[in-house]
Order: sequence, then structure tokens, then C-alpha cells
Amino acid sequence: MNKTVILQLKNITKKFGTKVIANNNVSLDVYKGEILSILGENGCGKTTLMNMVAGIYYPDSGKILINGEEVIIRSPRDAFEHKIGMIHQHFKLIDIFSAAQNVALGVEGEKFNLKEVNNRIKEMAKKYGFNINLDKKIYEMSVSEKQTVEILKVLYRGADILILDEPTAVLTPQEIRSLFKVLSAMRDDGKSIIIITHKLNEVMEISDRVTVLRKGDHIATVNTSETSEKELTEMMVGEKIDLNINRTEPKNSKLRLSVSNLTVKNPDGYNVVDNVSFEAFGGEILGIAGIAGSGQKELLEAIAGLNNYENGKLIYYHPKKNKPVSFFHKTYKRVMELANENAFIDEKGNDIDFTKLTKKEIKELVNSEKIIFKEDEVIDLKDKTPREIRELGIRLSFVPEDRLGMGLVGNMDIVDNMMLRSYRKGKSVFLDRKRPQDLADRIIEELKVNTPDSHTAVRKLSGGNVQKVLVGREIAAAPAILMTAYPVRGLDINSSYTIYNLLNEQKQKGVSVIFVGEDLDVLMALSDRILVLSGGKVSGIVDARTTTKDEIGLLMVQSKENGVTE
Amino acid sequence: MKKNKNNLKEPFVRIVKRDNIKIQKIILIYSIAIVGGLLLSGFISMMFSDKNLVDFFQSLFTGAFGSERKFWLLLQDTSLLLGTSMALLPAFKMKFWNLGGNGQILVGCLAAIACMFYLGGKVDDFVIIPLMLIASVTAGAIWAAIPAIFKAKFNTNESLFTLMMNYIAQSLVSLCITIWVKSGSGVLAPIAYGNIPDIGNKYLLPIILFVVITVLMHVYLRSSKHGYEISVVGESINTAKYVGIRVDKVIIRTMILSGAIAGLVGFVLAGSINHTISTASANNMGFTGIMATWLATFNPLMIILTSFFITFISKGMVEVRKTFMFTNDSISNIVVGIVYFAVIICSFFINYKLVFRKKEKEEIKK
Amino acid sequence: MTVTFLMSAIAIGTVLLFGCIGETITEKAGHLNLGIPGIMCTGTVGGCLFVSFYMNSLEVIENASWIILILSSVFGAFLFASLTGAIYAVMTITFRCNQNITGLAITIFGNGLTQFLMHSYVDKTNFSTAGKIIAKCLPFADGSDGIVKVLFGHGFYVYLAIIIALITTFIFNRTKVGLNLRAIGENTATADAMGVNITLYKYVAILIGSGIAGFGGVFYIMDYVKGSWENASTIEAFGWLAIALVIFTLWKPNISIIGSYLFGALYIAAFVFGNISFSGREILKMLPYVITIVVLIVTSMMNKKENQPPASLGLSYFREDR
Repeated sequence: MNKTVILQLKNITKKFGTKVIANNNVSLDVYKGEILSILGENGCGKTTLMNMVAGIYYPDSGKILINGEEVIIRSPRDAFEHKIGMIHQHFKLIDIFSAAQNVALGVEGEKFNLKEVNNRIKEMAKKYGFNINLDKKIYEMSVSEKQTVEILKVLYRGADILILDEPTAVLTPQEIRSLFKVLSAMRDDGKSIIIITHKLNEVMEISDRVTVLRKGDHIATVNTSETSEKELTEMMVGEKIDLNINRTEPKNSKLRLSVSNLTVKNPDGYNVVDNVSFEAFGGEILGIAGIAGSGQKELLEAIAGLNNYENGKLIYYHPKKNKPVSFFHKTYKRVMELANENAFIDEKGNDIDFTKLTKKEIKELVNSEKIIFKEDEVIDLKDKTPREIRELGIRLSFVPEDRLGMGLVGNMDIVDNMMLRSYRKGKSVFLDRKRPQDLADRIIEELKVNTPDSHTAVRKLSGGNVQKVLVGREIAAAPAILMTAYPVRGLDINSSYTIYNLLNEQKQKGVSVIFVGEDLDVLMALSDRILVLSGGKVSGIVDARTTTKDEIGLLMVQSKENGVTE
Repeated sequence: MKKNKNNLKEPFVRIVKRDNIKIQKIILIYSIAIVGGLLLSGFISMMFSDKNLVDFFQSLFTGAFGSERKFWLLLQDTSLLLGTSMALLPAFKMKFWNLGGNGQILVGCLAAIACMFYLGGKVDDFVIIPLMLIASVTAGAIWAAIPAIFKAKFNTNESLFTLMMNYIAQSLVSLCITIWVKSGSGVLAPIAYGNIPDIGNKYLLPIILFVVITVLMHVYLRSSKHGYEISVVGESINTAKYVGIRVDKVIIRTMILSGAIAGLVGFVLAGSINHTISTASANNMGFTGIMATWLATFNPLMIILTSFFITFISKGMVEVRKTFMFTNDSISNIVVGIVYFAVIICSFFINYKLVFRKKEKEEIKK
Repeated sequence: MTVTFLMSAIAIGTVLLFGCIGETITEKAGHLNLGIPGIMCTGTVGGCLFVSFYMNSLEVIENASWIILILSSVFGAFLFASLTGAIYAVMTITFRCNQNITGLAITIFGNGLTQFLMHSYVDKTNFSTAGKIIAKCLPFADGSDGIVKVLFGHGFYVYLAIIIALITTFIFNRTKVGLNLRAIGENTATADAMGVNITLYKYVAILIGSGIAGFGGVFYIMDYVKGSWENASTIEAFGWLAIALVIFTLWKPNISIIGSYLFGALYIAAFVFGNISFSGREILKMLPYVITIVVLIVTSMMNKKENQPPASLGLSYFREDR
């Protein structure tokens, strides 16, 4: 192998504020014509390190050398001049521009001529085997098309060093394979490629060498051929950990939620959820797989009452037969409504005449658990708002994808975030901050949330701790259905496993868990069944214990005529 | 590669985000800004006059504190600005950019004056005054609710909407004056009816009223369920929807409150202070109130300080104008503008710090 | 009657058009500049100041050259307006201050400065002569009538506004500069990552945008009202209407030509239909504001992807933000 060093990082340190040390004295060499993986957990500073090479951040100390000469990279423009290009995890594309316009953006020193640009891009695309429509607007593109535009953008500027941040996070197994083919072709062409990732199998598959970072420190750089997944994991986490998810067999599952023919339109009138039908059972984890933007978000939001859906049915089954009603979930008003529907019996199985009882007596009876449901509750969720759903006593918890933009309020402290779902309780016009305070203290202790105190603004916490606060709150509501969207995105391994364990615990308690995930390995290890969405349609529901990644990958891109429901 | 060599220097100054800052430092930054802004204003005033800097500051303080009457006026005007700020505060907490304070005050004032004009002399003052109060508060509330409804239903841009409502309110006042004043002079003489009786002295009523409202607002925003909903809607509409808050209802409800308080300011202006109305009756408090609220970082108790400070400058500038013999009063707007600039820039130094390139010597040592 | 009406409508429309183009350019760079009303005011005083310098340097004022008059007013207006814009630019770009608040402060400051200088320090004695010369500098301004007058009978500034609007449209849609500028307004971080010098672009956009807006005020005083000075609040009101127009014309300078004239017509209606009562007049004066509101509502109801404001509008950008 050709061993010319093209890029050298020497003793790079970067701090954010006074507390966060993102990179501590990191040194690294990159050779010409190699694929180097930078491996590390979320939050270990691998993206920060590469952002300094790409000119997004400026190092506090340390040197960057290119071809043996020290360079100063003050902006992305400087980086391009040194033939460095970075493809960020969150694509940097202008939605309303076409692919060609995005590629031409910011290119200096040539006459502006989109036709010329088009021809040059086409030449490059041919060379490396891309397939792209250059006039298509970004907002009409799929994730993998967007990624292609990103790569073309960097190549167009003549980059010799390409940095890709988590390039496979949102691709199907098949798309990953073709991306790797392109990357190999570029390596053979003499380009240096740096891949930031936390996925071990990909490191083993594609890279020549691998650098491991942990908590901002450089741990080691090794040849891929001389290491193993196990060794890398230990370097990454710093301790021996058990990477198995303890999956139990679902027992006495009962139907909790039945979704039939659900369709949700987005503001442009396009069906983002298209005729979806499935059933979710208590005591099981139902995984939902799909390319990003296949309708996962809209589906969960429709169930949670956030979206108005076009048509379809959502039926909630509450296995309450022969169980007492309580004021934990039901309001007095709702109890009286149910009483009018003749839903209750007393301990001996006789009907209760509520008309003869005073309010105080009814309350006493409920509190002493002497009012029993005659049958399971069956509730139609059509056109119910989140508030109405809660007032009906339906225990539906939802951990949304956008934690700080939806699940929590970043600028509020932990206590105030605890009462987001429950602040309305009680008749007083004033807030009761005592119960949320207790809950906050409990969650901080039980889930080991790393925070100075319960009055710290949530946005100041790290990703893992934010998620613990959110999941903690949703679980504290003792849900019957727990929906989670990408609950471990951006979390380090330990926090991820905390979340997996919490979900498994809930499953064993008989909760129906719905888990939208992106990492197929995790989906297959955690779920009992996996529902695959493709273009808003259900393309299949498979048994997580017997399926393969390839099978799911194929389902993710193909849409079957009729939604299959087992 | 030639370019490479030229670039071989770290940027001269870099901007870095702070993660925490001591309160003393914040106070220091603001003090420097205020003093700097006033000094700059003093120099500018000197450019147009033969007076000096000492005269500038002397007049500034005489104008504000020079006599007992001036001091009471300072407090009264502070309280009016405080009241206006309290009207704007809940809207801003909700990130509803209400630029329509002027209009809301003006229609409140107009409603009160209308009661005084039509009922004065026919009905007893004890009947007129409560009617004025109701009319003012309702008028202000309606004026604020109109843009709120469209914001809630169609997400119509509220800052321009409320701004246009200011001009419509002004025209409405002109219209009423043309109808009421038969002479065509366009000036409405003070009306003797429906004047709110003095308590203690004639400045005290607004002072007490708006301090009480400030305290109530503080409690409302901090401890009530409504206040909590306002914060959630302001921070993130998505979160509000997620927890089932009816965003449209909160927007409309909060703006009704906001407009009602602005209407109350109009009521005090009409019934207790001016007893008449002109298109300039709101005294541009709708805008100065925005400044007071924003500079106080939306903290009701801090707004007491900022509105006092802003009133102090504008009162002081009246005297400066006399001393410096400026023939029009716009100099006060210039000074106020400069001080605003100085104080607004403080937010940068509180959130960021500058890191200068290390000296060459240090580099060599390494 | 109709001719007078159309002439006035186009004139008022021109004031708005300058403001509207200026604000559009600024907003394309991601900056919502509520200081435009104040900037239009300072532009006015700048133009007037330079005109008065020139007029006072002459011995026989009737001999004033229209070219120098136009040049001095253009130069003065652009200089003062862009200097005021520079305050806004430094505060919002370099110091990352809140754009709304900074803009309002600029308007308060600009209005004050203008009143102060115009009232006491600008020599307005020769303004009516200068105004007449500026208004009648082009060949068809005198003597023509009917459609010819409506199309060609205006002063220089009216055509300047149209030309600037068309050039701006061309730059936005057909050039690399326009592409980069729009990218900044849409997604500043992306433009930055692609190597666009965003600080430079933003500064230039705000300075040029402010300068153009400044023409509006000086045109109003020097050409439309032929040099008679009233107070700055009229110009401030034009400034706010211009900002509203930006939304109405969907951030497209070519559409804003038509939009401005339409607004101009509405604005002037109150004054042209003269033979109605005083109170009727007051009601008509509300019309432009009411129409603006209606327009705001209608635009907000037709919610289309292409007709949205630049996505990064109003947000400060700091590269190292995480």
C-alpha cells in the first residue's frame, strides 16, 4: 500500500465552555488512498475533531498539517482550498435548490454556467458510478439521493480528503453496499476517506485502519485486519460490557391497540401514512423499521392524537375487566360518564346505582377500589386530541423523536418539564410544583441522571440525560402503550442500554411497547415483531427472531400492493 | 501554496460562546454600556451646541429629579411605561411579537374619552368612571384579539398586523376628533367630566395601580397554569401540541389579557392624566415598552428598573434640550436610540467572549 | 383626474418600491430589518443635505443642473441610509443582537436623527426650486398628457426604482452572487459550510439594501412633494408599509413593482377623491393599512412552499453553535 501521509493532526484540543472537553490532545495521521474509520461512542468527540479539519470549529490548541506543511483552517472555505471536504451527518443542502444549484453553491473563480456545471457533474457521476437527476429539487429527494448530492458537492470541489459523518445511519443495507462500492472506487482513485461511525461491523467491512476515540481522548489507531469487533468495543467503551439485549418471550399478550386503514396526509396533500393497518399487543415490543421519512413520525403522532388523519380507525383496548377503577387516570367526570354507560359493578358482581350515591360516597368507593369494570374498555380514538385522550383515562405515553423540540421544553428546568403532561390536574388556577419535584428527584436518582440539581434547564444536559428525563417521565405515567421514536439516537452505549432495559422492563410489566428504530441490529435484537414501512405503506410485518437484515432492507424499499397484516 | 504561507496565522480574534457568567460581570457590562452610551450622546449634543459634558449630565439629572413635581412626574411616567410593559410581557413570553401597544393604548384611551364626551354632565361621575374602565379594557382587548385570532387560525404575521392596527387606531382617533370638535381645530379640549378623583396626590393612582399589576403579573406568569401554558407555547408550539395545549386558545386568551392591560393604561391616561386625546396620546410607549421588556429579559421585576431608566433618560433629555437650546425635541430620540444600541450590544458580551491571538512571544516559547 | 391619480399612485408606489426592494435584499440574506422605516428617514435627510449644499453653492439657483441635483441626492441618500444600515449590520451580524429589537431601535434613532437635522440643520430655502428641477428632469415630464404622461412623464427616480427592481431580480435568479445570497437566507450553516463568505455577503446585502431603501424618502421629499418638508412620520409609515409589501410580493422584486403601484393607488385614493367630508377622508386614510392587513391575511392563508420567507430569516448565526 502507498504510505504517503496526507493529513496529520498534532495534539489537537478543543473545549466548549469551561466544562466540556471535546478533544484532548488528539494526534492522528491519514494516508493517501486509504479508508480510515474514526470509531467512538456518541459524544466522544469524533465529529468535533473532524469539524476542525473541515473549518467549522477552530481548535483551542494543536496543529493540522497537510502534506507535511502546517496549515490554518479558519473556515470551510480554507478547508476546500486544502482539498478537504466533509459530508455532515445532517446534510447541508438548500431544500428549495436543485441538485446542480447545490453543487455550484459557493464555488469560486469560474464563470457561472449551470450547463457547464451539469456536464462536469455528469462526468464525475459516471466515473464513480452515481445515478442522479440534477434538476431535481432537494426537498423531493430521498435520503440516499441527498447523500449522493453531498458527495458530488465535495468531489466537484476537487477534494482529495473526504470526511463522511455517520454516512450509513439512514441508509438501507442495500444502499450501504452501493455506497461502500463508491467509496472503494474513490480510494482506488487515490483519495483519502475518513468515515466517522459507531457501527463496528461497518468498520470491519470497509476500512483499512481504524482510530478509536473515547471521551475526547485518542485511544488507539490499529489496522483493521489485525483487530476484532470485541477488541474495538472494549477500546471504545473502556470496559468489558455485555452487548446482548435480554429479550424475553412475550407472555399472555392482550390486544391493546388496533390500527386499521389509517391514512395521514401532509400539508401538500400527499399521503405520508398510507392505508396502514396493524395490531399492537401488551407485553410485546413492536419494532417499526423504515427509511427515514417513511411515515414513522406521522404514524406515531396520529396515534398520539397530534395529527388529523384522513380516514382509518384507531381502537384502544383497555383490559380492565374485573379490575377496579381509580382516579389515577380517570377523572370524576369520566367515572360518572362510564357509570351512565353502565360500565361498573360492585365487588359482588351487582350493578351499582350511582344516582343514589353522593359525590363523596362515590369518591370513597372508588378510592377503596370497590367499583369494578364489567368489561374491557374499548375506546375509539378517532379525532381525539392528546388532552381528550388523557381525560378518557387512556394511558398512552409517547417519547417523540424531537426530544427538546417536542417532548421537553429545553429552557425549562427538570421539575417544570415533569409537569408538562400533568400540570392541569386539580381545580386550582395555580400550579402544584411539589409532586413534579418529587418525581424529578426520583427520576434523577433511579435513572442516574447526571445533573447539578433538579432546577437545571434541560437543554444544558447531555443527550443521554435529556433522554432519561423524557423516558422517565413517560414511564412514570404507568402507560398501557409506550411509543418511542428513535429513543437511543445520539446516546452513548451505556445510556442506550439503560433505555433498552427500561423498554424491556415495561414489556415484562405488560405494556405494549412500540419502538421506532433506525439500527436494524438493535431492532432485531429488541423487538418481538418488526413492522416495515415503505413510502407510508406497511410493506411487511416480520418475526424479529427469524428475519434477516436483507429481508428487512428489501421491505424498506419496496412497496407491496396490499398492506400485509401477518 | 503561496497563499498557504500567508494564512499561517491564527485569526486575530475569535468568538467563543460562554457557558456561564457571574452576575457581577453582567452588571459591569451593562454599566459600561449605559455610561458609554450616555457619554457618546453627550458628545453628540456638544457638537451642536457650545455647552459641555458637565452641563449635559447636570441637565439630565435636573430634568429627572430637579424638583418634587419633576420627581413625581418621573414616577408617574415610569408607572405608565411599566403598565405598558406588563401589557406586552405575556405576549412576548409567548413569542407573539406585539408591536401594537400604541394602538391598543390609544383605543383604550379613545373608549374612555368617548364615555366622558357623550355621558359627561348627563350621568354622575360615579357611573361614568366604571363605564370608562369597562369600555377601555374591552376596547384594548378587542384591538389585540383581532390580530391574535388571525395568528392563531392562519399564522398571519402578527408584528406587521399589530403595527397596522396602530395606524388604524390613529386614524380612528383623528376621525373622532373631527366629529367631536366642530371648530375644525383638530384639538379636543380637556373634558371636565369623568375625571378620576385624586388619591393623596394626583400622581399616585397610576403608580399604585401599575405596581400592583406588575406583582400580579409576576405571580400569574410564574405560578399559574395559564402562565405555564404561555411559557410552553412560547418555547415550542410542537411541545404545546404534544401535551394537548390548545395553542390557538392560549394565543387569543393571552392577547386579550395583553390588550386589556394596554386598554387600562389608556383608561388612566384619559381619566386621570390628560382628560383629552390626540393621535400621540400613547406617547410611543408601545415601542418603548418593548425595549423595557426586552432589556429586562422578560422579567417583570426587572422591568421596573428598565422602565424607570428609560423614563429617566427621556425626562432628563427634556431639560438637556432646554439647556442646549435645541429647537426641537427629537434629540431625545437620538439619545434614547444610542443608549438602546449600547444596551442591546451587551447581550453579545454576556453570551460570547472574545479570544485574542496569543502573543508571538508565547508561540516562540513553545 | 385619472392621469393625476395614476401619476400620484405611481409616485407613492415608487417610495414603497425602494423600501420594498431594500428590505427584500436584506431578508434574502436572512436578516429581518425592522429598521427600514428609520433608514428611509435618514436617507431622506442625507439626500436633502447634499442637495442643500449644492443649491447653496450656486449664485443663481435657477441654473442648477439636474444631473448634479440627482447625483447629489442619490449620493447623500445612499450614504446616510447605508451608514444607518451599517449600525444595524454591525449589531446583528458581528454582535449577533436580536434583529427585531435592533431594528426597532434603529427606527427610533433614525426618526429622531432625521427630525433633528431636518428641523434645524438642513437649509430648506431652495428646496422648492430644486424639487421642481428634479421632478421635471426627463423630456416627457412637461407638456405631455394622457397615457404618455402616465408612462413617461415621471422624474428620474421612478425609472431608477424599476431598473433596480429588474436588476435585483436578475441577480437573484441568474447569477452566482444571487444563488449564494439566497442560500444564506435559506440555510446559513449550509452556505457557510460550502465556503460562501457569509459575513461579507450579509454586510454587503444590508448596506446596499439600506441604501436603496434610502432613495424612497428622498424621492418623496424632493420629487413628489417638490421639496416641502413635513414631519418624518409619513416616511416612517411608508417604511412599515414597505416591509408588509415584501410579504405580499413574495420576496420577488419584479412582482413588487406591480405590488407597490397597487399600494400607492390605495394610499392616494383618500387624497384624490377630495370632494368628500372631512370624516370621510379620515376613513379613507385607514384604507392602506386595512388593505395591508387583508393582504397579510390572504397571503398567510395561501400557504405554498415556494412562497415562504427565507428559512433562516431572523436567526443569528454562530458557526460553532452545536
